[in-house]
Amino acid sequence: MNLNRRTLFKLAAAAGTAGVAGAAATSRASVVPAALNARGVLVDTTRCVGCRACEAACAEANALAGPEKPGDDTVFASKRATSPTAYTVVQKGSLKSPAGEDRFAKTQCMHCVQPACASGCVVKALEKTASGPVVYHADRCLGCRYCMIACPFGVPKYEFSSATPLVRKCTFCAERQAKGLVPACTEVCPSGALQFGMRADLLEEAKARIYTNPEKYVHKVYGEDEAGGTSWLYISDVPFESLKLPAGIEKKSYPELAEGALSAVPFVITLWPPLLMGMYTFSKRRDEVAAKEGDGRQEERHV
Amino acid sequence: MSEHALKPALFGGPSMRENLFLGMTFRAYLKSLLTPANAIAAAILLAGLPTIAYRFWKGLGAVTNLSQTNAWGLWVAFDVVCGVALAAGGYTVACAVYIFGQKALRPILRPAILTGFLGYALVLFGLVVDLGQPWRLPYQFFLTPGTTSVMYEVGWCVFLYLMVLGLEFAPAALEWLGLVKLRRLLGSLTIGIIVIGVTLSTLHQSSLGAFFLMTPGKLHPLWYSPFLPVFFFVSSLAAGIGMVVVESALSHRAFRDRLDPAASVDLDRITLSLAKGGAIVLFAYFFIRLQGLVASGRFDLLATGWGAWYLFEMLGFILLPSFVFAFAARRKSARLARIAGVLTVLGVILNRFNVSLIAFNWNVPDRYVPSAGEVITSLTIVTIGVLIFRWIVNRMPVVNEHPDWRGAH
Repeated sequence: MNLNRRTLFKLAAAAGTAGVAGAAATSRASVVPAALNARGVLVDTTRCVGCRACEAACAEANALAGPEKPGDDTVFASKRATSPTAYTVVQKGSLKSPAGEDRFAKTQCMHCVQPACASGCVVKALEKTASGPVVYHADRCLGCRYCMIACPFGVPKYEFSSATPLVRKCTFCAERQAKGLVPACTEVCPSGALQFGMRADLLEEAKARIYTNPEKYVHKVYGEDEAGGTSWLYISDVPFESLKLPAGIEKKSYPELAEGALSAVPFVITLWPPLLMGMYTFSKRRDEVAAKEGDGRQEERHV
Repeated sequence: MSEHALKPALFGGPSMRENLFLGMTFRAYLKSLLTPANAIAAAILLAGLPTIAYRFWKGLGAVTNLSQTNAWGLWVAFDVVCGVALAAGGYTVACAVYIFGQKALRPILRPAILTGFLGYALVLFGLVVDLGQPWRLPYQFFLTPGTTSVMYEVGWCVFLYLMVLGLEFAPAALEWLGLVKLRRLLGSLTIGIIVIGVTLSTLHQSSLGAFFLMTPGKLHPLWYSPFLPVFFFVSSLAAGIGMVVVESALSHRAFRDRLDPAASVDLDRITLSLAKGGAIVLFAYFFIRLQGLVASGRFDLLATGWGAWYLFEMLGFILLPSFVFAFAARRKSARLARIAGVLTVLGVILNRFNVSLIAFNWNVPDRYVPSAGEVITSLTIVTIGVLIFRWIVNRMPVVNEHPDWRGAH
C-alpha cells in the first residue's frame, strides 16, 4: 500500500464521516423524554394499612396469578420481593410509627424520569413514554438482562424457567392509562395511601403534607431525586430504610453516568485512524531510511 | 498437540484430501486422533453439548444458578467479559507489527490473530448460549436499535471486528487454498484493515468496562470507578501481551513439528521484547487503577476484607507481573517472562471476575456461585476453541510461513 497524500485525505474523510455518524447516534442518548410533567403516584406510607388490595388489583389487571396468601399477614415476616408473577408487593416496615402503628410500603417499578433500564436496553424493549410509564415491548427483548444489572431498585424480573423468557415488571398500567383509566392499584387503595396524578403536582402535595405536619413526617420525599427522580414518590414518618426501600441510590440520573463514555466514541472513531496511519507512515519511513543506510536492518516490505 | 502430523512436507500433499488428513489415509488419520488429550476433550464435549441443548430446551434456570438478584453469572463474566479481553492479543500484536513497525514480532502475528478470531467467535457463541432469546440478536442492528445503550456500541464493534479478524486471518486460509489473486488483493488492504481493527478494539474493549458505569451501588466502591472504560482498555493491552506470551510458548511446543527448520524463530527473543511492553503497560495500568482509588477517596475500605482482596489483585496480579516482566527483560530470562505472562492473564481474568461477579452485588445476601452446568458449558466453549485452533494450525500457514509468501503482508 503506497500511502500518498490523497489516500490519507480519503481515509481522513471516511473517518470523519463515520465520526459524525457516531456523534449523531450518541447525541440521541440524552433524548430520553424528561417527562417531568408526566404522571406519577404519591405513596403516603403513614396512611397504608397493609391490606394488600393493591397486590390483588395488580394481579387481576395484568392477568397474573393472585397474590401470595391473600389476607394472611404472616407473609410480612420476611423481606418480600416482586417476581415475574407479582409486579407489586407490600413490605412491612421494621419500625412502628411514634403512635405504635405498623408501617408498610408498597414496592413496584419506580418509573424513573430517566430510567437506567431503558437507556441500557440495546433493542429498545424498555422505553420511557412521555406520559410517565416505562413500558416493555416483549416482542423485542433478546434477554440480555442488562436492565436487571442497571436498575438501581432491582425491579426487572426474569422468567428464568422459560425457554422463551421475558422480563417482567410493573407497567404503571400504561394500557389502562391510555384508555383514561387510573392504575389498578391506585383505584382500589381503600386508605388513600396511593394518590395518582401529575408528578409535579404530587411533589408539591408531598411537600405540603410535610410542611403542614413537620413533627410527623421525615423531611424528605423519596423519589424526588433518587436516580435523578422517579414517577413514584414516597413520604413517611419512619426512616425510609426501615420500610425496606433501597438505600444509597445516587441522586443523579443513571444514564448520565454512562454518557461520558458514550460521547467519547465519535472522538475515537475520528481521531484513531489518522493517528494510527501517521504512526504507520513514521515507522515505514524509519525502515526505509534504515534500509538505505544499510545498517543491517533491511527487511523487505511488500506493500 | 496430537492430531499427529507425521508427514514429510508442511503444506499438504498434492490433493485437498491429503491436505485435510495431514497426508495420511483416512483410517490412519482417525487412528492418530486416539490420544489422551483428545479423550479429555471428547469427555468435556460429551458433557457440555447436551447441557447446552438442555439449556435451550428448559430455559436458563434449568442449568444455571442465576437468580433475580444475580442476573449475570459465569457465562457473561467468563465467556463474554473475559473472552473479549483474552482475545486482545490479535489487535495488540497487529498494531505492534504493522503500525509501530515491530517486525521482529512477525512470527507470532498469525497465531495471535487466529486466537483473536476464534476468541471473538466463541464470545459470540457464549453470548448466544446466555441470551434468553438469541434469535433476536439482529434486532439491535436494523429493527429497533437501542442507540443510547453502551451495549449497542459493543454489539456493532464486536460484529464488525469479528469480520475484520476474519479478513486479517484470511491470508493464511487463502495461501493454504492456493487462491493467489484474492490473497494478493487482501495483502494490499492490510494496513487499512489493521487500522479499523485497532479502532474497533479501542472502542469495545473500553466499553465493556462502561457496562458497569450504571451500577455504582452494586459494584464495590474499590472496583467501581468512572474510569472503568480506561481501566478495561489499558488492561486489555496487558491481557493481549500476556496471552501472546503464554499462547506462543504453548503452541511453539505443541506444534514443534509444524515449525519450519529453515526459518529458525527465536521465540525467547520475541518473548523478551514482549516482556518490555508488558512491564510498561502493567505499570501504567497499576497507577491509573491507583488514581481511581484516589479519586474515590475510599482508602478506609482498604482495611476491610474487600480491601485485602483488592490489594491481592492490585499487588499480586498487576504490580508483581509488571516487576517480573521487567526483571525478565533485564535478565534476559524468557522463562521468567512466561511466568509473568501467566500472572498477567490470571490478573485480567481476576479483574473481570471481580467487576462482573465477585465484587458485584457484594452487599447482597444472595451470593452467586456457578452451577456445574455453567462450568462445563464454559469449559466446552474453551475446548471447541482449542480444537479448532489445532485443526487450523495443523493445516494452514499459521506458526510457519508458506514458502510462496515469505515476508508478505
